[in-house]
Amino acid sequence: MALDPATVRRIATLARIRMDDAEVTTLVGELNSILGWIEQLNEVDISGVDPLTGSAHMALTMREDVVTDGGYPDAILFNAPDRIGDFFAVPKVVE
Amino acid sequence: MSSATELTDLTIVQGRDGLRAKAFTAVDLTLAHLHAIEALNPRLNAYLSVGHAQAMEQARAADAALAQGDMRPLLGIPLAIKDLFCTTGVRTTAGSKILMPFVPPYESTVTANLLRDGAVFLGKTNMDEFAMGSSNMTSYYGPVENPWKRRQDATAVLVPGGSSGGSAAAVAARLAMGGTGTDTGGSIRQPASFCGLVGVKPTYGRCSRWGVVAFASSLDHPGPFARTVRDCAILLGSMAGHDPKDSTSADVPVPDYEAACERPIKGLRIGVPREYRADGMPGEIEALWQRGVAWLRDAGAEIVDVSLPHTKYGLATYYIIAPAEASSNLARYDGVRFGLREDGEDLRDLYERTRAAGFGAEVRRRIMIGTYVLSAGYYDAYYLRAQKVRALIMRDFTEAFAKVDALLTPTAPSAAFAQGEKMDDPITMYLNDLFTVPADLAGVPAMSVPGGLDADGLPLGLQIIARPFDEATMFAVAAALERAAGFVALPTLRAGG
Repeated sequence: MALDPATVRRIATLARIRMDDAEVTTLVGELNSILGWIEQLNEVDISGVDPLTGSAHMALTMREDVVTDGGYPDAILFNAPDRIGDFFAVPKVVE
Repeated sequence: MSSATELTDLTIVQGRDGLRAKAFTAVDLTLAHLHAIEALNPRLNAYLSVGHAQAMEQARAADAALAQGDMRPLLGIPLAIKDLFCTTGVRTTAGSKILMPFVPPYESTVTANLLRDGAVFLGKTNMDEFAMGSSNMTSYYGPVENPWKRRQDATAVLVPGGSSGGSAAAVAARLAMGGTGTDTGGSIRQPASFCGLVGVKPTYGRCSRWGVVAFASSLDHPGPFARTVRDCAILLGSMAGHDPKDSTSADVPVPDYEAACERPIKGLRIGVPREYRADGMPGEIEALWQRGVAWLRDAGAEIVDVSLPHTKYGLATYYIIAPAEASSNLARYDGVRFGLREDGEDLRDLYERTRAAGFGAEVRRRIMIGTYVLSAGYYDAYYLRAQKVRALIMRDFTEAFAKVDALLTPTAPSAAFAQGEKMDDPITMYLNDLFTVPADLAGVPAMSVPGGLDADGLPLGLQIIARPFDEATMFAVAAALERAAGFVALPTLRAGG
């Protein structure tokens, strides 16, 4: 499953990373090398094995579905690159 | 009052006892470390920021509490904090440009626990960007110099390992008595091995991840560094504990780890997994491993050969799962709510320019791999398959721990290497984590203890892996190894050195 430059550009778009042609070329080589190395997993017999999503040696617990936190917009907005009142500000999305 | 060098050479146990006996004050202890940082950090680049004023304030508060007979376990002990832990009002960068402007308005649970127990925070330490790396070379803020030097070539600048390279270099060079790190693929144990330190990755769920900048959530483990096993036991005892703010935090009691260090290991069954060998691994590492086996046998343990047949697939499994989780976790850095923003023509352009400018090459590469293995058409072939192999790796450990109480392996397949080495292709760097990744995938506790020096005079670590939530047995074995190894070598660059 070798990646070509078009696929790398498509992944970059999905990942929302702007990428110039030089970086695409570099990544085609690097990603193919990494994915080629990862192919070794095809040797492993995984028939009948359930996937493991995490290694927590315990069951996840439930809690009451109630609001336990909040009410401090200034702390939330403290690191905002741009704000208008109690809102995060971004470039105009809809003309 | 003792001299400044004597103060920076103390272990946490000695510091604690000296403070309680009024042999010196917490202000003396903190000042000695701040002066050492001033002298050595411009060269080592271990700290990204130093909190003089806050540290002195915490030290004065510790002295006032000590005068009242306060017995909190870390009262007045100066520590280094990896810059992945959010600290209230103190810039937290994760080693990335994208978080350069970020000042958290909250404290991570682990650092809050340390502060609750009286610790003094000297500053925030350098690290591979978003904890992605094994050499500290991917930090936006420059590499860290390992304070250890090759005997024959003292001019070579070696890496401290990674990703927690700043904390490891700081503790090794006596710029802190202990420190925090995080271990996702080996980022505490490998730098501990490279810097002649003890480093502990506890069981998944033992230390809360809340307030720790996320890399791969099912693999991220906060843990301590120190110069002795007992010091690490004290630090972990403070850092650990149930936290309702982390849904994967375990609600299980935290035993007295310091007491566990005194436990005899007579009769314990120690497994030696035959798969922990690598092509090109120096004979010295194999020899050290055999010495470690002999030390534990001499201490009364029974040595058992075991097999963990899927060990060799750990790294490839990791390099699907960790990037997949990272690509999801790092989606939050979009220039809107916090961190760097690069303006664009529209919102999407803003996202793409921000992320291109804010993330370094290794982080971009891992986001790309993660996005690819999770994308339509490839999910089953890569991500689902990796999750199944992960289940087999976990099963290997479960089966081994039916026969033995702990495992002994080398920590890393090499000693510290020079800055710029192993940079030719990403996989060469990834191979550093060959022996540490399996314990992260399985969530079992593991730690590195210095075992000896190689022919170049560089430290080599031995790894102990134990059953889930049985850090106490792990500390007992580690303390026995430490006593037998008698590791007293010192790095070239250190306070007063």
